[in-house]
Amino acid sequence: MTLEALGFWVVAAALVASSLAVVLTPNLFHAVLYLAAALVATGVVFLLLDSPFLFGVQLLLYAGGVVTIVVFAIMLTERLVGERLTQTSRYVVNGAVVATAVFVGVAGFLIQVPRGGARPALPGDLTPAIGRALLGPWAATLELLAVLLVVALLGALYFARTED
Amino acid sequence: MSLYGYLTLAALVFAIGLFGVLTRRNAIGILLGIELMLNAVNINLVAFARFHADVAGLVFTLFTIAITVAEVAVGLAIVIAIFRVRRTVEADRLDLLRG
Repeated sequence: MTLEALGFWVVAAALVASSLAVVLTPNLFHAVLYLAAALVATGVVFLLLDSPFLFGVQLLLYAGGVVTIVVFAIMLTERLVGERLTQTSRYVVNGAVVATAVFVGVAGFLIQVPRGGARPALPGDLTPAIGRALLGPWAATLELLAVLLVVALLGALYFARTED
Repeated sequence: MSLYGYLTLAALVFAIGLFGVLTRRNAIGILLGIELMLNAVNINLVAFARFHADVAGLVFTLFTIAITVAEVAVGLAIVIAIFRVRRTVEADRLDLLRG
């Protein structure tokens, strides 16, 4: 077993375990912490796929930004309600059946398609290529994304405003 | 590790996130499940980009990450606004739009 395969199995186990903890733990705050672990594990998967730049973005935006926002929201709403947020589950059997069916469907499709070869050699550092692609073929998409972020910011402000 | 290892891992995480979305009562818990599902999609994108030696998948992963952060911000703002009015985040009891 190569080092990369060993790393993959370790990270995969950590990712699946923390993901399961996110959807199964009753304490919402713990669920957010497990989500942070799952997001960092996903970032390490990006590292295994030779994308250190995306690993950094994942840590900054997801593990840093999203987790912070969710923790803030939990703290705010806990104070609003004045009781601890526990989250219970419902329809557990139905949810498990649907989720298993989706996984079996995707895995069955994966088994049918022909096996691809090994990963091609890395054509040097990909980060400059990402930058050129962002401002080259995908410049219009990048601008649209900027508009979307402004709209999301204004929308979040509008929803969270106070009445007076 | 082949491409299919990564795709199977992503499918597993996606299924776990779907389970969370379907079974959680708390609106914030549902959002966490959606986060897991979007992460699985990102793993797929990066894996395909790496194994096809195409930078497009990495660029779109950047886009989906940015969009997800915006979605979380708006979603949590909606959750807080609902909290102010209804004093609950139980998704089953948020039936204002039911006729």
